Amino acid sequence: MLSLIVFFPLAAALVLLSLPRLSDTASRWAWVAVAAVDLALVVTVWVRYETPAPGRLAFEQQVEWIPGVNSSYHVGVDGLSLPLIAMTAVIFLACAVYALRETDRPRLQAALFLFLQSVSMGLFVSADLIVFFVFFDLSIVAMYFVIAGWGHGDAARSALKFFLYTFLGSLALLVGFIGLYIAADPHTFDMVALSEQTPLAGSPLAGGLVLAAILLGLAVKTPTVPFHTWLPPAHTDAPAIGSAVLAGVLLKMGTYGFVRIAMPMLPDAWRAWAWVILAVGVVSVVYGALVALAQTDLKRMIAYTSVNHMGYIVVAVGAAGLVAGDTGEARSIAVTGAVTQMVSHGLITGALFLLAGVLRDRAGSYDLGAYGGLAAPAPRFAALFAVGAFASLGLPGFSGFIAEFQILTGSIAAAPVTAIAVLGILITAALFLLALQRIFTGQTRGRSTGFSDVRPPELWSVGMLLLLSVLIGVFPRPLLDVVEPASHALIDLVGR
Amino acid sequence: MAMRPLLLMPEILLFLGGLVVLLSGSFLARDRQWVARVLAAAVLVASAVAAALNLSGPAEMAIEGTFTVDVTTGVARIVADLGVLVVLALASDEIAGSPREGETYALMLFSTAGTLILAGADDLLVLVVGFLLASIPLYGLIGIARTPAGAESAMKTYLLGSLLGILMLLGVTVLYGVTATTSYAVLGDRLADAPAGAVAAGGVGVLAGLMFKAGGVPGHFWVPDAAQGAGGAVAAFLTTIPKVGAVIAAYRLVDVLPDTLAGPLLVGLLAVASMTLGNLAAYWQTDPRRLLGWSTVSQVGYLLVPVAVAGRSDLALPSLLLYLAAYTVTNLSAFALTTAFPDSRNLESYRGMGRANPWLGASLVVALLGLVGTPPTIVFVGKLTTTAAAWDAGHAWLAVAVFVNTVASLFYYLRWIAPVYGHGHRDGSEDAEASHDPALTTARIFSASAAVVTAALSVGLGLGAGLLWRVIA
Repeated sequence: MLSLIVFFPLAAALVLLSLPRLSDTASRWAWVAVAAVDLALVVTVWVRYETPAPGRLAFEQQVEWIPGVNSSYHVGVDGLSLPLIAMTAVIFLACAVYALRETDRPRLQAALFLFLQSVSMGLFVSADLIVFFVFFDLSIVAMYFVIAGWGHGDAARSALKFFLYTFLGSLALLVGFIGLYIAADPHTFDMVALSEQTPLAGSPLAGGLVLAAILLGLAVKTPTVPFHTWLPPAHTDAPAIGSAVLAGVLLKMGTYGFVRIAMPMLPDAWRAWAWVILAVGVVSVVYGALVALAQTDLKRMIAYTSVNHMGYIVVAVGAAGLVAGDTGEARSIAVTGAVTQMVSHGLITGALFLLAGVLRDRAGSYDLGAYGGLAAPAPRFAALFAVGAFASLGLPGFSGFIAEFQILTGSIAAAPVTAIAVLGILITAALFLLALQRIFTGQTRGRSTGFSDVRPPELWSVGMLLLLSVLIGVFPRPLLDVVEPASHALIDLVGR
Repeated sequence: MAMRPLLLMPEILLFLGGLVVLLSGSFLARDRQWVARVLAAAVLVASAVAAALNLSGPAEMAIEGTFTVDVTTGVARIVADLGVLVVLALASDEIAGSPREGETYALMLFSTAGTLILAGADDLLVLVVGFLLASIPLYGLIGIARTPAGAESAMKTYLLGSLLGILMLLGVTVLYGVTATTSYAVLGDRLADAPAGAVAAGGVGVLAGLMFKAGGVPGHFWVPDAAQGAGGAVAAFLTTIPKVGAVIAAYRLVDVLPDTLAGPLLVGLLAVASMTLGNLAAYWQTDPRRLLGWSTVSQVGYLLVPVAVAGRSDLALPSLLLYLAAYTVTNLSAFALTTAFPDSRNLESYRGMGRANPWLGASLVVALLGLVGTPPTIVFVGKLTTTAAAWDAGHAWLAVAVFVNTVASLFYYLRWIAPVYGHGHRDGSEDAEASHDPALTTARIFSASAAVVTAALSVGLGLGAGLLWRVIA
């Protein structure tokens, strides 16, 4: 079942590639259909999902791959990965719908995004470090071609920067993986086995170095300060759907790695370095928000709020490593918040990037100063953007609130100093309100004149993402029921 | 101990086949030289089949215990034979109907036979024979195009080859002098008691010769020049096939060197020097073949990593063989893309190639990212297993060096990939369709097919790495 979810988009991509005569309209709709079917498959898995025993996975499949190094094609889901798979399917469907108006090589674009969807799904279900790495690396390759092929501005340069940075990260990750493999007895790359073994538990130095390699790889991808400098240019020059996938799905690969690989496999080293991770998280939160406040380019601003939002996740997982006294319950709340934040950030930031794409499509600029009074000619666009902005700043009633509330509750209970991170919410609120004010209020002027309102594909794609964010904000239970057992299990693993 | 010449069937086939091709080439009209090519291909297939039939058997010794026929030799034979077969496909476009076509094929077959003797040699004197048989035809091959650049690079190769070949003979002499034997089987025991200085001098001498054949530091100077100056098919040949024999020979040699010598450290340093130098020198190259030439220097560095830990990890030998096969397939794919567009001798002239030829564009991406070691290509599995072997043997620094260099190498491969899918021309014309270089619209058919097949193979082998591993481990 999981393999079907992973490889169905890839198969569809190959079919699209082998039909050079396919009309543009057919390619666009084929992409929507495939993404919808994949989402339906994910929903089926969600409905049939039963929480596995701690440390185990549901819907497991395992096939031998490279027996010489004990690496197998091993997939499975649990409460940490299932929400991310669902979010991935939703974001790719939204992108497919948004791209119904695409005119630049739609068949190739559809194939590339379907390939990227396969890769992203594969990463979140993989239960073998090498399989994880394969998908991690391929996601970089695919995103490079998305930015270089369909981007604008200085796309080639941004794509190169993105590739070099994240590739460096991925190889650091691979070094860490090989370190885990060598330390394990018997040597293995299997995640479940490694989580049981915690191979480097007895050696703080080697454990610390391996964790450092893995953290470097994940921190570049997440990205946290100081490894975030590739993100703003990549986002600015990427096409709208590319940005949505990059922010919505690809950044989660970094934070997912924290909870899936680093924490359960290297619990000792994680606890030893929890304060450092926590500090990096707090700095990311505050620094990301402050830099976002200073931006005049809307896409760069949203990109920096991503640094801020991903920072909360790093704070939460850092706090989860501060094992002391009876804070277990609080730390598990923080982890639940972190997973919720991954889903929430994907939905909301995805929607905001798609909306930024509308701005470029109509008026060719992301410059906040170039607009004014846009609410009059484009009321629906204004409404959608306002909803997205409020969701992103963590207003109650949206998923972001559920996530950030849990993260801060849990983290502050474990380490009161994390209260500094609340500052980030304040600054984010200010910057979104400022942006709303500059673009939408006042006299219609500059590029706002003659701006046509959102068209159905844009409305449906953005609306779908924001609606889900509201649903999670109002009825978080179905999501939390899946996540909570997994975060309890994770906290037990880290506490070993 | 016995002669048992049948065990050497693949090498004998290659050598005799080379003679037949040489003779028939001399008597065939220039427009009938394809017969020689077909003959050469048949010889290669026969040799590979003979090797495959022997593959599953136990390790055996031939020629009085001086030549090992084991899985390693078998894999080397199959990889080299099939590799030359791909080179023949590239030659079909490039030198068909040219003067000295038959001679080129004959020289390739001779050199391949020499390479395989290197791979199987279990005796220092046989090693030297293999070295000479592999090298001398190579000098001729590089110069056979009769261009000024070809002549220059042939000269350079010849001088460097003679120098390092003499060092190798000197090394053999010293090792024989201190042990009174040239057979590896006895050498291993006697070297441990021999004076460490003499063993070091001898070992370094022999290694120097092998580094010339492999094209690794310090014997690498000829590789970029020859890759640029020789013909395309010859360039593909000389950057791929000799390495198969030389690296395996180095493995067998390091395996018998005693612990009194810091052999792993020495080879490890050579490995790091090769990969670093090759990568740095490749950075600003504009000729794709010269860029690939430097890239092969760095690839030799990666190939030397398992050599450095020879015998110290169970993974070392299988990972070396896997990487050799992976490298051969992927490097040939990259060279096939240069012979598919023989007039595009500049990275910039590949601008828009991916749009004009989607299949070749995809092959180029697969081949170049494959050389970087991006999954799921087979080179990734090779890199993964070789670094795991190094780490397993306690040389984690080698693994780190490999990955740092891998990041560094990404940049110059991307310098080639970027224009392939780039928009328009540098002069600002946005019309992508109109700006196609006419040289890019017609790819040479054999090279193009070879590029696509080898690129597909590099992905296919990566996905099926488990099967491959079972054959070689």
